[in-house]
Order: sequence, then structure tokens, then C-alpha cells
Amino acid sequence: MAIASNETTFLFGRLNFGAIPQEPIVWATFVAVAIGGVALLAVLTKFKLWGYLWNEWFTSVDHKKIGIMYLVLALIMLLRGFADAIMMRIQQVWAFGGSEGYLNSHHYDQIFTAHGVIMIFFVAMPFVTGLMNYIVPLQIGARDVSFPFLNNFSFWMTVGGAVLVMASLFIGEFAQTGWLAFPPLSGIGYSPWVGVDYYIWGLQVAGVGTTLSGINLLVTILKMRCPGMTLMRMPVFTWTALCTNVLIVATFPVLTMTLILLTLDRYLGTNFFTNDLGGNPMMYVNLIWIWGHPEVYILILPLFGVFSEVVSTYSGKRLFGYTSMVYATVCITILSYLVWLHHFFTMGAGASVNSFFGITTMIISIPTGAKMFNWLFTMYRGKIRYELPMMWAIAFMFTFVLGGMTGVLLAVPPADFVLHNSLFLVAHFHNVIIGGVLFGCFAAVNFWWPKAFGFKLNVFWGKVSLWCWVIGFWVAFTPLYVLGLMGVTRRMRVFDDPDLRIWFIIAAIGAAIIAAGIAAMLIQFYVSIRDREALADVSGDPWDGRTLEWATSSPPPHYNFAFTPVSHGLDTWWDMKRFGQTRPQANYVPIHMPRNTGAGVVLAALSTICGFALIWYIWWLAVLSFIGIIVVTIVHTFNYNRDYYIPAEEVRNTEDERDRELATLGA
Amino acid sequence: MSTVHTTSPGDFWETDPHHHEEGASTGIGFWVYLMSDCLMFAVLFAVYGVLSGSYAAGPGPKDLFDLELVALNTAFLLISSITFGFAMLAMFKGNQKSTLLWLAVTLLFGLCFLSVEIYEFRHLIHVGAGPQRSAFLSAFFALVGTHGLHVTFGSIWLVVLMVQISQRGLIPANQRRMMCLSMFWHFLDVVWIGVFTFVYLMGMI
Amino acid sequence: MALSLAGCKAVVLAPSGDVAAQQRDLLVISTLLMLVIIIPVMVMIGLFAWHYSAKNKDATYAPDWDHSTKLELVIWAIPLLIIVTLGALTWVGTHLLDPYRPLQPASATHSDNEPAAVTAEAPLQVQVVALDWKWLFIYPEYNVASVNELAVPVDRAVEFTLTSSTVMNAFYIPAMAGMIYAMPGMETKLHGIFNKPGEYHGLASHYSGAGFSGMHFKALAEDQAGFDKWIADLRASPDTLDRPRYLELEQPTQNVPPMAFGQVDPQLFQRAVNMCVEEGKMCMAEMMARDRAGGMGLEGAVNVSVLTYDKYDRRGTPRPILGWEPFQVAGICTVDELEQMFAAAARKEAVPLRDPTPMRGHGLPEPGGFFQPSSPNDFSQTAPAAGVDRNL
Repeated sequence: MAIASNETTFLFGRLNFGAIPQEPIVWATFVAVAIGGVALLAVLTKFKLWGYLWNEWFTSVDHKKIGIMYLVLALIMLLRGFADAIMMRIQQVWAFGGSEGYLNSHHYDQIFTAHGVIMIFFVAMPFVTGLMNYIVPLQIGARDVSFPFLNNFSFWMTVGGAVLVMASLFIGEFAQTGWLAFPPLSGIGYSPWVGVDYYIWGLQVAGVGTTLSGINLLVTILKMRCPGMTLMRMPVFTWTALCTNVLIVATFPVLTMTLILLTLDRYLGTNFFTNDLGGNPMMYVNLIWIWGHPEVYILILPLFGVFSEVVSTYSGKRLFGYTSMVYATVCITILSYLVWLHHFFTMGAGASVNSFFGITTMIISIPTGAKMFNWLFTMYRGKIRYELPMMWAIAFMFTFVLGGMTGVLLAVPPADFVLHNSLFLVAHFHNVIIGGVLFGCFAAVNFWWPKAFGFKLNVFWGKVSLWCWVIGFWVAFTPLYVLGLMGVTRRMRVFDDPDLRIWFIIAAIGAAIIAAGIAAMLIQFYVSIRDREALADVSGDPWDGRTLEWATSSPPPHYNFAFTPVSHGLDTWWDMKRFGQTRPQANYVPIHMPRNTGAGVVLAALSTICGFALIWYIWWLAVLSFIGIIVVTIVHTFNYNRDYYIPAEEVRNTEDERDRELATLGA
Repeated sequence: MSTVHTTSPGDFWETDPHHHEEGASTGIGFWVYLMSDCLMFAVLFAVYGVLSGSYAAGPGPKDLFDLELVALNTAFLLISSITFGFAMLAMFKGNQKSTLLWLAVTLLFGLCFLSVEIYEFRHLIHVGAGPQRSAFLSAFFALVGTHGLHVTFGSIWLVVLMVQISQRGLIPANQRRMMCLSMFWHFLDVVWIGVFTFVYLMGMI
Repeated sequence: MALSLAGCKAVVLAPSGDVAAQQRDLLVISTLLMLVIIIPVMVMIGLFAWHYSAKNKDATYAPDWDHSTKLELVIWAIPLLIIVTLGALTWVGTHLLDPYRPLQPASATHSDNEPAAVTAEAPLQVQVVALDWKWLFIYPEYNVASVNELAVPVDRAVEFTLTSSTVMNAFYIPAMAGMIYAMPGMETKLHGIFNKPGEYHGLASHYSGAGFSGMHFKALAEDQAGFDKWIADLRASPDTLDRPRYLELEQPTQNVPPMAFGQVDPQLFQRAVNMCVEEGKMCMAEMMARDRAGGMGLEGAVNVSVLTYDKYDRRGTPRPILGWEPFQVAGICTVDELEQMFAAAARKEAVPLRDPTPMRGHGLPEPGGFFQPSSPNDFSQTAPAAGVDRNL
């Protein structure tokens, strides 16, 4: 445990040597991270990769590169979040029969908070945003997003938030409040040190990025579609992305403002959520869930889109009920605003209020059920090829159906009264988030990897990973369902009843199997990169795809399409193939593209520093970095030279190269 | 929904140089941003609605608000919106000098608004009715203060834009920025009308 | 499945109280209702995935078949029907099992026609305060209190009235009834009953800080004789729970063994809800009554310390050094300025002041109701009158 002290000095605020956690586990982690970090820096310097990374990646405004960087961030944070999960599982096996386990409450409470925050904000969100960033412009036949600079800035803000959360591991502490930081527990009276401040500023910095990226993608889908692509001709993934971004734009401001009010309570002594002087903590619970429930759909909707694409592609068949699929998505989008109270039926609202929100929640299961049937009838009379993404899709269907069922159970208020805050609830949301969001992300990665890198992923290790995840998931979370029915609450650190232990042991075994699944996935990536020659795909369309992203090369050229495609219906690329339409091969023209810029990195770095300074009460640094943000922003607006033309010559060379590649296929 | 084509419906590639008009998305993009900002104000209004009766045995709106001062302030902001409108008209006519002049007038009224607001806040804190005193005052300061911060940033933007226009003239990029700032400025006006009605007028009833 | 789970102490599925049993019934019925659709869907997933595999050359392949109005009507209608049924069930169930609703003898009849579980007797009152990190139970009818041990007579309805002294918490006895939040400055209610004698587990089910895991208690369901004896044991305890003792008890402690208090200040619970156990604090009810009357004018601006409860300083932590010192009005204006200011401000007729010094809650006229008759702090020195019913 670190030595919490709120004594401040001018130069360092309340930051001093006492801020270093006195925990051997943390030290060991720090040493490992430090060695790894130094090694990485050394390798980058040795191979002179800094310039390459800076010019080609960090300052890039190319939506494809930004998408990939989002996915890398998500993967790294998944490892951190999963390490937290394993630590919790071990503690809950250990702490029986009078044993305190190996984690004290200060450490354990940070871990479950960090696990939730990281998994939602820094794993699921970047995964989803990264996918949308990469795929949406390609699917609508655009060359980039509407605001390419903003895209780069949004990404780096997300990284900034992640950096703050990671910094809390080694400097100070993270929040010990649960992932939504309910006051008064998260108020200054009960959480006086830096934990909650890390939480607030980490989320605020990342939240700015998420909101801006939501605006960006929303406008991109509305304004950048290729000629002929009306709304009802958009691929389903793009539709779900549209709805997700509407949700982001319409909910993240609520989160931002709620956290600002909590910040004011903590820093200025205002009374929004305090017990005394007229404050109202229940208001925070309402506000945060008005954001929190739509957030769940922000995460799952794009993956519904992924499954639609995957199922239809591998069934070799048009998606069944496209129109009802779209309306189902829109229904879910709207309904997701009307259900937030089901997260706290037990707070004592009246029976009529509770049943209203219970019933609206159940109504959401109707469009969701319709989607499930639509996938089923897409498979019906199809010709299903069992490639990895399709296997993930089947795994998703089996898993998600049960998660949905337990979700409807929890929506029945009297049932929720006995299951709320229990491990049953924990099992339920892992069932839908792992079974829906993560399985969907893995399906998407296996599906679009050849598009992004030009070679397929190794099938054997992919299958190992799939089976480990699916089996591991059920072994880990079925015991939690059972424990919930035994009346066991979440966030417990020690247990008295020895009969519970066996279930925690089974759950820990499940977590170990999932760990094997993650390892298998990393091996899959490694093996595939090693064997990239053998796995190469030059056609650009390895799965016999249907939508426009498969109409260009893999990886796509910087400008995506030399000529803008024209859509005449759903599944534009499928139609092109059907009618033997090939790319025009002459009369190339210069292509107008946005220029790279480092302003996003600088602004995000300054924001992160500002957040850090505010966490530690280093006021001079906070003021300086804030002024820095304003100045850099203004200077950036004086730069009118933001775009350039790719010469026709270069376009021709690229396209000729592609023609030669296609010719080698002998098709 | 679309039907399944049996014959080719036409060309699938646009070989004419297709050019997305530069900045075509800026207007709608900024509009979407304003709507998200609007939601932040919606939260503040909702919070004010919940907490507006929680005086914590302290002063209430009738003890604190000076309606005449606020009316003057409202006038400042409304006039600044009109003068911004004149700036836009001058811009459409291509009259750079007049545009700059009207922007300067707008800025002046904006700064007057801010000065009165700062005076009001200072006075309230001085009589012991700071944001820490009660939930009602916290909500009041947060709502009005957030609006004031927006006006502050709007004013900074106004200055920057004036410099940019005098440097480069009324080029399309600057015209786009004028359009965005004008939306922003009018948006703040609309929000203020809400604040004036719900906070000041209804508080004094 | 329910039976096998009951075998492993799935207390939620095999509860010992009528309320929890009805909640369990609703849980089971909802599950069955959903399985009506879930099972066919699972079968279809398996069947379609197997039958339409590309390896099966005999399966029909219709690549352009993407629409069937009849089928789509069915796939929207079936979930709709199930949700309509479930919705109706939810509406009725939620109202019937509302924790605020007193138990009715008629409604408590078991589905398997056991005799009515609730006797006509008035429900037992138990006041519950969630402290850091233990549960305080006050029995106003008996004027005794206990910590981390609850006993109730079997087959008698219990009416819990809950609050918390610090942060949000949830009170949960899985074998008896559902959970309900206990929140500072607020009062919630829960009605429950035990139908089988025994020793059950009660717990905090909403994370509340470091001592959360140890914040559980024994819930004893006893026959009338056993319960009377348990009360008598409490009464025999020499410890008295008056306001100073409560403030001591309120300090954070973990894994607290059961404690007994032979006497309780009868107004203690109301004071805990109103956050005015500590001497010199204005009670919430009084504050709210004044707020309804339009606040206390500019003079009221100085009422800060009497209303500050836990905003800055709690759980034994050092007072945080923030960018701003905790705001105290008196520190900003000089005495002269204050005088001037108050002289200038129009005074309200409705709020006459007894003296011009900074106000204390008890220096002001009482707003009426519960606080009317009390002169502060003398009730904790006298034994309460016999047969005190509820202290309202």
C-alpha cells in the first residue's frame, strides 16, 4: 500500500516518494515492464525505426493505419485487463477458511475497478472504434473519413487516457470504487487520494477522443458514401456503425458532464453528489447509467454488423431480411435510451417505475431476437464454409442466446431483487460482452486481417484459440451463475463458507483456459506473420466477399480506390463480380489526399500531461499544459496547407502493379 | 431494401474525376458537435432542475439574483448575435473590412457579457453564496459558468479568426470557419435564452 | 436442475421466506417461458450449421433468397408474444413484490396451498443502519439494538426501515427476501418474512469500501420463545446506544463480531437518517422544511458547518489539501463587511432570528413535526417510557 498523503509542495503537488506503491507484486510488474520497455526502445533505435514510426504511423491521418493502431492498443490493454482478471480469480480461490488471500483490500479493490474500466474503455471501445475506422470508409467507397486530422487526434486522446490509467499502477493508486465510481464513495470524503482522480482524468481524456471519433464517423457515413449508395443500400456493418456513432455522440457528452460534476465536487467542494448541503448521490447513479446503458449497445451493435457480414459471406448468400435487420438496429438504438433504470431497480423506485423500465428492457430483446433469426435464415439454404470467422459466429450464436436469456431474467424486477449485484449478474454481462463483443472482434480480426495485411491468418492456431476461448468461457462463468444463485455478491475479497470454494476453483480453471486461448491467438499472429508468403492472398478477395472493401487490393492503396465505385444495390462487389465489371485501367487522375500532421500527437500529449498534473495537484504544470493546448490548437488553425495530390503517374504505377498481381492468379 | 439485379444495372465505376468538395462535411460535422454540446447543457439543465430547490438552509434565487443586471446581460448577448449576423452578411457581400468591423463589435458585446457575468459571480461569492454553499448554487454556477466558458472560448476564437481573415482574406476556408463560429455563437444565444428563462425568470417567480 | 442446484445450497432457488420464494417462482417461470424460444433457436443453430455446410452436397442452395414476409412476421411475432406474456407477469409481479408493500395474509399464500404464511399480527419493526462496515439493527418496539446479528420470529412479517451513515450500501438476506439499497440521508423500506426457523446469512451486496467483504451478519429465524429470549439477552446488556456511543460505533471497523445494546436512544434512527446525530448539526428534515419555505436568505449563507456532514472528512482520512480550502464563509468577509452586508440586505419577515451570531440548528425555531417537542439531548439520559411504540 502506498503512503497516501495530501501534503502538497509547489513543484510536485502531492506527488512524493510515498506515492510509490509498497507492493512486491507491483514492483515485480514494474521491473518487467521497465525491462520490456527499455528493450523495445533499444530495438526501435537500433533498427532506426523511430522516423518510420513517426512519419508512417503516429502522424498518419490514413483511416486504415489509425484503425490498426486502435486494434493494437486494444490488444495490449486486453493483456493488462486480463492480468487483473487472473489476479481476482486467484484471490477468490485463496481467501477461504480465515485466509486473507494474497491481496489486501486496497490492492484488490483497485484491481476490480481497473479491470472493469480497462476492459470497457480501453479494450472493447478501441476494438470497436478501430474496426469501424478501418472498414467503414472502404465499405462506402470513400478515400478517408470526413475529418482525417480529427481521427488521428481522437486516437491519441484514447492512448492518453490509457497511459493515465496505466500510470496509476506505478505512481499512486487507482480508484477503489467499482468501475462507475458511485458517489459518495468516490467523493473526496471517502476517496481522498489520487485513485478516483486517475479514474476521472483517464476517462475524460479518452472520452474526448471517443466523442470526436463518433462525430467523425457519423459525418463520414452521412456525407462520404459513393454515388448510388443510398442509406438502404449500405452494408449492414456500416448501418450498425452509423447507429453506434449516433449513440456515441448522444451519450458520451452525458458521461463527460457527469464526470465534470464529480470533478467539481472533488476539487472545488461543490455539492452535486454529496450527502450534505443538498447534494443528491442518486442523481449521479441515474446520469451515469443514462450514458452506461447505451454504452452497452455502442459496444455490441457493430459486432452485430460484423456477424451479419460474416454469416452472409460464408453462407454465400444474401443477408436474410436486410430491411428488418436495419429496423431492428434502429429500434435497439432508440430503445437503449429508455432502459437505464434497470441497473438499479433495488434503489427503491416505485413498482410502476420499476416495471416500466423492466418491460422496456424486455422489448429490446424483440429486435435482438429478430436479428438472431435473420442470421439463422441467412444460413438456411446457404452453402456454409467453415472458415475461422464463421466458427466464431456460430460460437457467438450459442453463447449470446444464453446471455440474452439471463439478461431478460435480470430485467424482471422481482428476480433482479434477488440477483442484483450478485455473481449471476457478473456472469450475465461477461456472457454478452465476451460472447458478443469479444467473439465478434475475433471474428472480425480473422475476417478482415487478409484485407489489412495481404495474408490470411493461420487456421490451426486460430482453432486452438477458438476452442480455448469458448470452453474457457463456459468453465469460467457457469460457476459464477451458480454462485449467484447461491446468493454470493460481486466484489467480495474473502469468503467464510467453504462450500463455495469448489466453484471458484472451477472458475479459475476456466480463466486459465481462456489464458491459453489468448496465448494461442498471439501464437496465431506470430505464426501467420512468419508464414506470410505461404498464406498470401493477392486477389484482395479471399473469402468471395460481397461488399466494397473486397473490391480493392489487400492491403488497399493509400487512396483506397483509384476510381470511385458506384453502387446499384446491396452487395455492390458481389454485383460487380456477377456482371463481370472490372476496374477501369486507364485515364488515371491525380488524387486529392490529406497530409499527415503531428498536431494530434502533441495535443494529446499535452492533454495527458495536464490530466496528470491535475491528478497530483501540480497546478503550475496544469496551467502551463492547458495554455499549451490552446496555443497549439490556434497555431494548428493557421496551417492552411493540409492536403496534397497523389500524381496520376504514381496512381498508374500502383494500379499497374495490382493488374500484374491479378494476372498471376490466372483468372 | 433492393431487388436482386438479373442484368447489369449500369457502370460500377465512376471514371470521371470524382471530387468530394473540400470541406463539404464541415458544416454538418460542426452541427453534430453542437448537438453533443447541447446534450452537455441538457445534463446541466436537468441537474439544475433537480437541485434548484436545495438551498441547504441558505439563500435562494430571490435573495441573490439581480434581474435588471441579468436583463442587461441578456441584451448584450442578443445584440452580439445580431452583429454577428451583420458580419456574415458583409462576408457574403465580400466586404472584408466591414466583416472585420462587425466581428469586432460582436467581440465587444461578448466581452461586456463576460464582464457582467464575472461581476455577478464575484458578488455572489463575496456575500457567501459561492458554489460550495448549497447544491442549488453548485448547479447554478455550473450551468451559468459553463455557458460563460463557452462564450470565453468563442471570444478567443473570434480574435483568432479576425487575425486569419485579415491575413488571408475571405478565402473559402475562412468562410467555412465564419459559418462554424456563427453557428456556435447563435447556439450560445439559444442556450442563454434557456438559462435566462429557467434559471433567472422562473427563479424569481 | 433446480433440485440439483438446491443441493449445493443455491439459496436463491430454495429460500426460507415467502417473499423470496415468490421471487424465485417468478425467476423460474420467466426462465421456462424464455426456454420456449431459446431451445428451438439453439436447435436451429445446430441444425442449420450442420445441414447447410458446404460439405453437404444434397442441401438446397438459394443464394438470392433473402426475403419472406411470412417468415419475417413470424420471427418478430414470436418474441413479441413471449415478451407480452412476460411483460404482464412482470407488471403484476413487480407490484405484488414491491419491497415497500406491506405483506398481505392473502397474497402470502404459497402456491402449493400451504396455510397463509403471515399472521394477522402487525409486522415487527426493525430499523437498519449500514455503518462502516457493520450492520446496526434497532428494535424500536423493544428499545434494544444489536450489531451484526439479527433475529426475527418465524412466520411474522418484518418491516425493515433502512438508512446508511456513510455511502450507498445494499441490505440482503437471500433466504428471506430481495435486496434493497441503504443510502445516507434517505430511508428505504423492505418487507420480508421467514417461514422456516434457522440460522441464515445476511450480507452487504453493494460495494462500500475496504471493509466490504466482512460486512455480513447472522440472521436468526426463531420461534416466539427463542426470539423473546434473544431480546431478553440484548436487554441484559449494560451497553447503552445513545448519541455519543453511536458516533463511536460509526467509526470504521472491519469484521465486527455481534454486539448487544440493552438500551437505545429512541430517536437515534431518525437522527441517523437526518444526519444530525452529532451535536450541533441541523437535521435534514429541518433543512428541507426551510428550503421549501424559500431558503433562509442571505443570512443563511453562513450556515455551513452545521450542515457539513461528510463532504471533506470521513473514514479517518486526513483532511485533504485541495486547490481550495474547504469553503467557510466566515473566513472571507471581515466582521464589518458582514455587518454592512446584513444591514443592506432586505430581511425576511418569515425567518426571525433569535440572535445575530452564526446560526446553529437548535437556535432556530423548529419547523414542526418530529422535531417539535424535543429539547436537545435530554432523552438519551432518561430511560424511555415503557411500551414506546414507534418513535415517530
